[in-house]
Amino acid sequence: MKKFLALALALVMTLALAACGGGDGQKDGGAASGAIKIGGVGPLTGDAAIYGNAAKGGAEIAVEEINALGGLQFDLHYEDDANDPEKSVNAYNTLKDWGMQVFLGSVTSTPGVATAAESNADHMFYLTPSASSTDVIGGVANPLTGSVDTPRRDNVFQMCFVDPNQGSASAQYIKDNNLGSAIAVIYKNDDVYSTGIYNSFVAKAGELGLNIVSTTTFTTDSKTDFSVQLNDAKNSSADLIYLPTYYDANALILTQANAMGYAPKYFGVDGMDGILSVKGFDTSLAEGVMLLTPFNADAGDEATKSFVAKYQEKFGEVPNQFAADAYDCVYAIYNALKDEDVTSGTSAGDLCGILIGKFTSMTFDGLTGEGMTWADTGAVSKTPKGMYIENGAYVGMD
Amino acid sequence: MLIFLNHLINGISLGSVYAIIALGYTMVYGIAKMLNFAHGDVIMVGAYICFFSVSSFNLPPAVGVVLAVLACTALGIVIERLAYKPLRQATSLAVLITAIGVSYFLQNGAQLLWTSNIKMFPSFFSASPIELFGGELKITIAAIVTVAACVVIMLGLTWFTGKTRMGKAMRACSEDKAAAQLMGINVNATISMTFAIGSALAAIAGVLFCSVYPTLTPTTGSMPGIKAFTAAVFGGIGSIPGALLGGVLLGVIEIFASAYISTQMSNAIVFAVLIVVLLVRPSGLLGKQVREKV
Amino acid sequence: MKKIRLSKTNRINFATFGAVILAYAVFQFMSGAGMLSSTIRGQLVPICAYVTMALSLNLTVGVLGELSLGHAGFMSVGAFAGAVAAAALPIDSDPLRLAASMVIAALAAAAAGTLVGIPVLRLNGDYLAIVTLAFGQIIKSMIENLYIGMDARGLHFSFLENRIIFRDGGRMLLNGAMGVNGIAKISSFTAGFVLVMLVLAVIFNLVDSRAGRAIMALRDNRIAAESVGIPVTKYKLMAFVISAAMAGAAGALFALGQNTITANKFDFNTSILILVFVVLGGQGNMWGSILAATFLTVLPETRAMRGLADYRMLVYAVVLILVMLATNNPTIQDFINTRFRRKKKKGGAAK
Repeated sequence: MKKFLALALALVMTLALAACGGGDGQKDGGAASGAIKIGGVGPLTGDAAIYGNAAKGGAEIAVEEINALGGLQFDLHYEDDANDPEKSVNAYNTLKDWGMQVFLGSVTSTPGVATAAESNADHMFYLTPSASSTDVIGGVANPLTGSVDTPRRDNVFQMCFVDPNQGSASAQYIKDNNLGSAIAVIYKNDDVYSTGIYNSFVAKAGELGLNIVSTTTFTTDSKTDFSVQLNDAKNSSADLIYLPTYYDANALILTQANAMGYAPKYFGVDGMDGILSVKGFDTSLAEGVMLLTPFNADAGDEATKSFVAKYQEKFGEVPNQFAADAYDCVYAIYNALKDEDVTSGTSAGDLCGILIGKFTSMTFDGLTGEGMTWADTGAVSKTPKGMYIENGAYVGMD
Repeated sequence: MLIFLNHLINGISLGSVYAIIALGYTMVYGIAKMLNFAHGDVIMVGAYICFFSVSSFNLPPAVGVVLAVLACTALGIVIERLAYKPLRQATSLAVLITAIGVSYFLQNGAQLLWTSNIKMFPSFFSASPIELFGGELKITIAAIVTVAACVVIMLGLTWFTGKTRMGKAMRACSEDKAAAQLMGINVNATISMTFAIGSALAAIAGVLFCSVYPTLTPTTGSMPGIKAFTAAVFGGIGSIPGALLGGVLLGVIEIFASAYISTQMSNAIVFAVLIVVLLVRPSGLLGKQVREKV
Repeated sequence: MKKIRLSKTNRINFATFGAVILAYAVFQFMSGAGMLSSTIRGQLVPICAYVTMALSLNLTVGVLGELSLGHAGFMSVGAFAGAVAAAALPIDSDPLRLAASMVIAALAAAAAGTLVGIPVLRLNGDYLAIVTLAFGQIIKSMIENLYIGMDARGLHFSFLENRIIFRDGGRMLLNGAMGVNGIAKISSFTAGFVLVMLVLAVIFNLVDSRAGRAIMALRDNRIAAESVGIPVTKYKLMAFVISAAMAGAAGALFALGQNTITANKFDFNTSILILVFVVLGGQGNMWGSILAATFLTVLPETRAMRGLADYRMLVYAVVLILVMLATNNPTIQDFINTRFRRKKKKGGAAK
C-alpha cells in the first residue's frame, strides 16, 4: 500500500507527458521550418548499436550537405529501437507523432519487418539502408521451400542488396573463380540477416555442386568463442570459410583462426565491410579476405573521399557500409523529390505515391553503386562487387 | 584423440574465464547474500580501462592492468555506497533489481563514453603458443595465464577468507550479520570490503577475458556474466573452490556440446546439464548442504 | 478479527477491479476521440500483455515466494503457440480466433510449466531461480531451431534444419530464428483488458481460497506448513502452472499484437524486466504490479525520455535505481505510512 502514492503519481506524470506533449518536436536536425521531416529507426543502444549509430551518422551527414545547398530542406530524426521489433514500432509511432513524412526505415532486419508492416498500413514511404531480409520488402520466395511467406509491401524499398541475392551471388563467385574445393560455413543462426544469406547460399551451392564440408553456427549468446567452429572446419580440411556474418564476429574468427595456426581463405558478404577499421584489429590477418561489398571507404572517387573525411571529422571513425547506405538513402530521396512540388505540408501518403513512382523509374548514382534502379519488387538493382583485401585496402576482384 | 584433447584445452580455457568471473560472483554472494548482476559490466569497464591505457596512452600492459584494478575497485566501492548500501535492510530482491539498474547504467554509460564500435583488445602475450605433437596441438600463452591466474586467485581467496582477520570477519558476516555485529565486527565496512575485492577481481577477469576473446563492446560483459553466475551456482554458490570447478566444467561442457552434438543447441545442452546436476545435488557440486532449522 | 481482514482484502480487490475498468474506459474513450498519440495507442496491447505477465509472475514470486528468472520462457511458449494457432485455425471471426489462440497458448505454457515444475520445484531459493533461468534459455534455443509450415495437407514440423517441402502453395508459419512473420494483428485493447480482468479474478479467488492459503503458508514457513500436512509439491506446482498458463495467454496477446516475433525477444532480459515490475510494485501486491508494469513500459517511450536521445537509457537506469532506493527508504516509507494512517487508521495491507 505504501508505494501506491509514489507509483501512482509517477504513472500519472508519465502518462501526462506521453499523452499530451503537443507538436513541439525535437529539432536536432537543425533545419529551417518548411523542411521535409525524415525519420529513421535503428539500434542506437544495446548489442547492435554499432550498426544503428553508423547509419544515423551517415544520414546526418547527407542531410547537412543537402540543407547547405539551399532548395529542398530536410529535417532528420532518428529513434532508438535497441534491435527489438516491439520497440521499433514504438519508435516508428514516436516519429509519426513528430510528424514524419518520409521514413528511412529500420537499420536491422527483424525490426525492419515490423516497421515495414506498420508503414505499409499507413502508406508511408519506406527506404531502408540496411534491413536486407526479404521479409522486409515482401513478395520474395523462401529459397528453401519456395513459399512466399510475406506478401509484397508496395511502399518498401531497399538500398542494400537483398539477402538471397548476396547468398547466391557468393556461391556463383566461388564457383566461377574456383575459390575453394572444400568449403566451411559459419553463420549466426539467431540472426535474420545471416540465416537469410546462408539459406540462399546453400540452395545455390547445391545447384552449382559446391562441396560444403562443414556447417557450424553461433548465436548472440555464444559469439565469444569460435574454437569449435574453426576446429570443425580445419578437421574437415576446408580451404575456404564462407562467413555470411557481420565484421565484429568476423574480426574474432580471423584472430582465433590465426592463433590456432589455421589459414584458410575467407569469403565474406557486405557485413564483412568495416573489419579494416576496427580499433586494435591486426589488419594483416585480413590479407586476402574476399568479400562482396557495395562500399569501399578507400575508394579514390571524390564523393567517397569527401564523405569519409566528413564522417571522420564528425565521429572520429571510418564509416562502414551502413553509414554509406544511409547516406545514399537520403540522397536518393532528395533526388526523387528535388524537382517535385513538395513542402512540409505535403502528406506522407502523397509523398509515398510520388516516391514510389520516382523510385521505380529513376536511376541513382551513390556511394554504394552507380546507375542503381529499383524494380517494383522494392529490391535495388546494384550487383554485389567482389573485392579482396590487399595491403589493408580493397581491390576489385575482376 | 588429438581433436578431443584440442576441444578439452579450448574448454578449459573458456571455462577458466568463466571461473574467474564466477569467483567474484560467489565472493559477493557468499558474504553479502546478493546476486550482483552488475558484476559482468564491471568486467567490461575494467577491460575498457586497460584497453585505453595500453592503446591510447601507450602504457605497458602491467600498468594497464593495475589501473583497471584500481579503477574497478573504486567503481565497486562507489556503486556499493550509492546503490546497495541504502538497501541493506531491504529484501534481497530489491537489491537484485537495483543491481540490474546499475548494470543498465554501466552499459549505457560505457556506450556514451566509448561508443558502440568494437575494439580489438591487444594481445599482451606475444610469445608463440606451446606446440605439442608436432604442432598439431597448440596451447596459447593467454590460456595458460588465465588458468594459472584462476588457480592463484582461488587459492588466494581461500587463504584470505580462512586465515586473515578481515576474511574471518567476512565469514562471520556471511553466517549471521547480527551476531557478527555483536562480536564487534563492523558489518558495513566488511561488506564494502567484499565489494571492493569482488570488483578488483572483475577487473582482472575483464583483462583476461579480453586477452583470450579479444572483442570489446559495451555489452561484452553481460553474457559471460550470466554464464559465470550459472557456473557459480553449478559449483555451489558461495563456495570458492566450487566457482572454479563450476566455471571449468561449464566451459568444457559448452565446448563438447557444440563440438560433438550441435553448435545450434550447445546453449540448451549446457543449461540442461545444469538442471540435471542441480536435481541430483540441489545445492551445487561443492555447495554446503544447509540443514533446515525449524 | 478475521472478518475485518477479509472485508479489507475484498475492498482492495474491488478497488483494483474498479481502477482497471476505469483506466480501460478512459483510454478507450481517449483513443476513440483521437486524443491519444500513435505511440500510446501502439503500446496499449503490449501494456496489457506486460501487466498480465507481471500479475502472473507475482503469483510465483509474491504469493508462492519463489524467485523465477525465466518467466519470459512461458511467455515465449505462449507467443509462438498462439501465433501459429492464429495462423492455422480455420476460424473467421477475429475475436474468436484470438480467444481460441490464447486458450491454446495458455495450455501450451501450462504444459511447459508442468514439465519444468515437477522436477524443479523441489529446489529452493537461488537454485530454483537459476533453473528457471536455464529453462528460459533452453526454450529460446529450441524455438530458434524449430520450423513449422502449413499447406493444404496440414502442419509440417522440422527441427534444426528446415526440411519442409510444400506441395501446393503452403507457407512457413514459424521460420526458426527468423521467427513468425506477417502476423495478422488481431489483438485489441479490449481483449487485453478482458485478459487482465480474468487474470485478476483468478488470482484474487485463488489467494482467497483454501489452496491460496496453503500456498501462502508454504511461502511464510515451508517447514511449519509441511508439518501440518500441507502437500508441498501439489500446491507449489499448482501456483506455478497457473502462473505459467497466464504467462502463455499474455504471450499470445502480445504476439498477435505484433507484426513479427522472434525467440530472442523473450530472453533473460525480458524475464528480468518482468521481475522488475513485480518487485517495484511490491511482492504479492497486484495493483502494484499493474501500476509498475504500465509505468515502466510507458516511461522509456515518453516524449520527455525520447527527447533525451542518447542519454535515454542511461536516465532510465538512473530512474530505476532511484525508484528502488526511494520505495525502500525507511524515511519515505514512514512518511507515506503516517499519511495513510491518518486517513485510514491502519494502512499497509498486502504486506
